[in-house]
Amino acid sequence: MGKQKVNSVLPPGSYYFSGDEAVAEGAIAARCGYCAGYPITPATETLERLSVRFGEVGAAFMQMEDEIASICSCIGASWAGAKAMTITSGPGFSLMQEAIGYAVFTETPLVLVDAQRSGPSTGQATRVGSGDIMQAKWGSHGDYLAIALSPWSVQELYDQTINAFNLAERFRVPVFVMAEEATAHLHERIEVGAEVELFNREKKPGAPPFGTEEEDGVPPMPVFGDGEKLLITGSTHDEWGVRKITHPEIHRKLVTRLQKKILNRSQEIIQYDSHYLDDAQVAVICYGFTARSALFAVEQLRGEGKKIGVLRLKTLWPFADELIKDIGSRVGKIFVPEMNMGQVAGEVMKYAACEVVSYGQVNGEIVHPHTIIEQLRRLV
Amino acid sequence: MVRELEKYFRPGIGVTTYCPGCGEAILQGLILRAIDELKLNMDEMLFVSGIGCAAWIPSPYFNADSLHTLHGRTIAFATGAKMVNPKLKVMVISGDGDLADIGGNHLIHGARRNMDMTVICANNQNYGMTGGQVCATTPEGALTMTTHQGNPFRPFDLCRLVKAAGAVYVARYAVTQPVAMVRGIKKALQTEGFTFIEALTPCPVQFGRRNKLGKPAEMLKDLMTKCISEEKAETLSTEELKSKIITGEL
Ligand SMILES: Cc1ncc(C[n+]2csc(CCOP(=O)(O)OP(=O)(O)O)c2C)c(N)n1
Ligand code: SF4
Ligand SMILES: [Mg+2]
Repeated sequence: MGKQKVNSVLPPGSYYFSGDEAVAEGAIAARCGYCAGYPITPATETLERLSVRFGEVGAAFMQMEDEIASICSCIGASWAGAKAMTITSGPGFSLMQEAIGYAVFTETPLVLVDAQRSGPSTGQATRVGSGDIMQAKWGSHGDYLAIALSPWSVQELYDQTINAFNLAERFRVPVFVMAEEATAHLHERIEVGAEVELFNREKKPGAPPFGTEEEDGVPPMPVFGDGEKLLITGSTHDEWGVRKITHPEIHRKLVTRLQKKILNRSQEIIQYDSHYLDDAQVAVICYGFTARSALFAVEQLRGEGKKIGVLRLKTLWPFADELIKDIGSRVGKIFVPEMNMGQVAGEVMKYAACEVVSYGQVNGEIVHPHTIIEQLRRLV
Repeated sequence: MVRELEKYFRPGIGVTTYCPGCGEAILQGLILRAIDELKLNMDEMLFVSGIGCAAWIPSPYFNADSLHTLHGRTIAFATGAKMVNPKLKVMVISGDGDLADIGGNHLIHGARRNMDMTVICANNQNYGMTGGQVCATTPEGALTMTTHQGNPFRPFDLCRLVKAAGAVYVARYAVTQPVAMVRGIKKALQTEGFTFIEALTPCPVQFGRRNKLGKPAEMLKDLMTKCISEEKAETLSTEELKSKIITGEL
């Protein structure tokens, strides 16, 4: 198992998809075997497409009675051997939080696409927002770490959905694709290659499914019906899944391994791209749809000779702390535009030594390039 | 539980965690007896349970794949596993609070979809594990840690509920009816589709004590006199029926 190149399910070529459709096709390309969800704007179209396309490719689709049932059925499906995915938006993401903690603690590979809309609560259900970033980090109780990706285009919704499956299987962890209404409902042309690289979960008959010798290891994962007599529990457990609910050392070891298996490999996980940073005096740190506006704005200002660069985070969690520390030591100011009240800006402040200026916009609209230009003019 | 059934226990797990006199321990033995009589292959079985005393019946004790899940969500977890691997023989074992209170919606939807699984609901009329609070099956007037004046609400008739939701096989037995219970569980396991057993089981420590129902043995005797068949029920007046519980296939 492990890494493997397989043929693309879609014939290679150009396609004109919405972001939601690209998520569905990305899941099919990744050989997702089970998807369950509950309709919610702006994620519904992914479900609708999968309900048709899964029938064609022989995967199982379920519309469940709510989002809790959706994610729980995905966890059951994952242990039965399928790559599993659920799709939702803020209200559903909130309902799923308890089960996310269960998936983390039982080391269940799972992909969750959160097509973010403007919250809190029902908020403006059809408008854009990016307010679920900290929820993706700490929405469930207890200490844990999952992986969260932030695509900025329809192409990336396709690519990052595939990447999310690979990371989930590789690290046995839930992976969140933090889409946004603006990308979910955007239609763009995407390119589909002839092959996709996939990671399929490691099995090792007879090996303990919940522990490793290394303090940061990822154990192999058997599935139901393999005769391994699996014992899976959301209580603290030893490497065989036997509940250990009062042993301090076993709890400490498990909780820290689950963090370290990701943190110690963050270089392997974290993706970003950077533009014009070499001589920059101001760096714009951005992600998701806002990065499109930011790059446009910076290119305009570069034309006027302003020394501004852009760091676009494609991975939000684990956080690119080293990189930001480095940028923070080289520029005078960092500007963080986002569609929330400064969730990522707060994180940047933790690591950057320079001044960090947060621009949080919560009006249900995208951050317009002109807004960013205007803000940046004040900084340089 | 008799020695011959110990072969179904996970090696190395010695003692069970039930309070002395708990009916759920009897139920555990009866489920294994049904599996034994049907000669089911434990390697093809999947046990799914929630949170509560009853959820400990299969996990960690049964030596088979077991998914000990969240409070109330058993049927959703089981649905995903069954959808992906239809060869798995799926058995959900959990408490009344788990399946009918917090998990009530999943219960009726599982039945409506006729998902192929057998659900055993241990009805001990309260939340045993959390110290004896009222639940959806607590009788009207009963005392619990959260109904000190007596439960003001009516209980669910779980069998009627699940039957109305579409389950293909529904039966109620008490742990004091071991032969019938084993027969019922076997039939449920052999029936394709969503099958449901409501297992009446005394919780002497949390429910019995508060309602002055006496020692475990007295609670068992009480169940023995209360449980009657549907045929017998037809011969009784409405007044006489008030103190009775109808058991059997419903
Ligand atoms: C989401 C959530 N809420 C509450 C609890 C606390 N809790 C644990 S067990 C339980 C009740 C279990 O009752 P039941 O299913 O009837 O099982 P019993 O112990 O009676 O066999 C509750 C409320 C929990 N674990 N999770
Ligand atoms: S609390 Fe009640 S149901 Fe739980 S083990 Fe004790 S007697 Fe049994
Ligand atoms: Mg109970």
